[in-house]
Amino acid sequence: MSGIADMLSAIGRSVCGGLTGIGEATRLMGRLVVLTPAALARFRLVADQIFFLGNYSLAIISVSGLFVGFVLGLQGYYTLQRYGSSEALGLLVALSLVRELGPVVTALLFAGRAGTALTAEIGLMKSGEQLAAMEMMAVDPVRRVLAPRFLGGLIAMPLLAAVFSAVGIIGGWLVGVALIGVDAGAFWSQMQSGVDVFKDVGNGVIKSLVFGLTVTFVALLQGYFCQPTPEGVARATTRTVVMSSLCVLGLDFVLTALMFSI
Amino acid sequence: MPVPWSPRGLDPPLAPSSVPPASNLVSSVATSPAPLVELRGVTCGYGDRIILKDVNLTVPRGSVVAFMGTSGGGKTTVLRLIGRQLGVRSGQVLFDGTDVAGLDRDGLMAIRRRMGMLFQFGALFTDLSVFDNVAFPLREHTDLTETMVRDLVLMKLNAVGLRGARDLLPSQISGGMSRRVALARAIALDPDLIMYDEPFAGLDPISMGVAARLIRELNDALGVTSIVVSHDVDETFSIADHVVFIANGGIAAQGTPDELRKTDDPLVRQFVDAAPDGPVRFHYPATSVGEDFGLRGGAR
Repeated sequence: MSGIADMLSAIGRSVCGGLTGIGEATRLMGRLVVLTPAALARFRLVADQIFFLGNYSLAIISVSGLFVGFVLGLQGYYTLQRYGSSEALGLLVALSLVRELGPVVTALLFAGRAGTALTAEIGLMKSGEQLAAMEMMAVDPVRRVLAPRFLGGLIAMPLLAAVFSAVGIIGGWLVGVALIGVDAGAFWSQMQSGVDVFKDVGNGVIKSLVFGLTVTFVALLQGYFCQPTPEGVARATTRTVVMSSLCVLGLDFVLTALMFSI
Repeated sequence: MPVPWSPRGLDPPLAPSSVPPASNLVSSVATSPAPLVELRGVTCGYGDRIILKDVNLTVPRGSVVAFMGTSGGGKTTVLRLIGRQLGVRSGQVLFDGTDVAGLDRDGLMAIRRRMGMLFQFGALFTDLSVFDNVAFPLREHTDLTETMVRDLVLMKLNAVGLRGARDLLPSQISGGMSRRVALARAIALDPDLIMYDEPFAGLDPISMGVAARLIRELNDALGVTSIVVSHDVDETFSIADHVVFIANGGIAAQGTPDELRKTDDPLVRQFVDAAPDGPVRFHYPATSVGEDFGLRGGAR
């Protein structure tokens, strides 16, 4: 009997814990949405975060974009030349990057580079009682610390995705045109005629905005509600990468399905 | 929203007579019409654990009141209750006659502006310089010009002896200096109440003496009320007007430092004499030694 009671209470605790977590996340999201316009009034704080999250991620984003472009050039040429349409390499590289790989890979890299930094920073501020000190100074940490970071991540992510796609296209050109010898005119003209600004680039921008919001929010949430101990911060940082990566991949499917249906 | 503000630091210090002498404090608690802080029948805790049960205490205006007691006894919890970082299960926490539990968010923020808190390790913002740390509450809550902010920050830093360290980062200063910077930050908005959470922990004797002197002098010069949570008997007794011992979820003893030095209360005696065993046991509750080591005769 006591075994069943223990099991039931464990299930109850787990359900209560899950609901509490959802409630905390919803309340934090609501407060961020309300406070984000006010963060624009102190744009210097937001600009600092765009620099911190965006500029410091540029190196990893650019290098990754270049190599993804290289691989796309090689794989794309291998497939297309079977059907005698290797001139469409530019179109394939551009569409793959702009619609899919740019937003998704950038979001995954952003979660690893900037998301973990955000979680660790907020978590360490919490464990060092800096957030509590702020509250005792009658300064709302969500308004002063979280909202500028949220907005910074939201702005930085589409810019990074654009850099990723641009560098990736250069990578595809280097492999396809400069190395393999695909016609440069065909490479660029097919890309120009086949990529639609609204349907392709626009959808990519929407995706990167949604991913930016998701990754930044997960990172802030994990940092803000982490246990203020070294283990707690370490666990929160790990959870940021795992949760935001899964959210990005799941949302990518949902968004792609929606965009196809429109 | 910036508020009109005038710097109290520019006012002349209060006359010494405005601070009640230590020996009169216990009776002044009874006669004073409105103590700055009052706990009435407060019960609170974390999760299933009750930390304080039906506690009543008052903090008279202008005094330095120390909360002492064993680790985990609930001293810091009292500070958290006053600033409403922790809510009560029952009872009232009154700050200047207002029940902090009943305040909405704006009301709470307004009342917190009248409190300064020094955290155990300073809780300085590590990405800001010493100057910017002290300027932080001024920039957040007032519409003062940068020139005025600069003058005020330098005044506050001068009061704690760190005007020359304004450009250093928190990582470049010692633990004692960190706490002095945090103290300058805590008094930046000229609060009515300053709460010190373990201000002497981990400090060398010189820094400890400096910290104790600053607490007493700032209290008297600024006319504020101070609450000090500490383990350090000598330093705390040297500056406190009234000492409250918190143990076992309530107030175990209270009085002036002189009264407590002479008391026969076993808990206070163990604490003041730093005795390893007494009402607070040296051994954590456990089964008998004989049982644990398999000895015959059940040796304890």
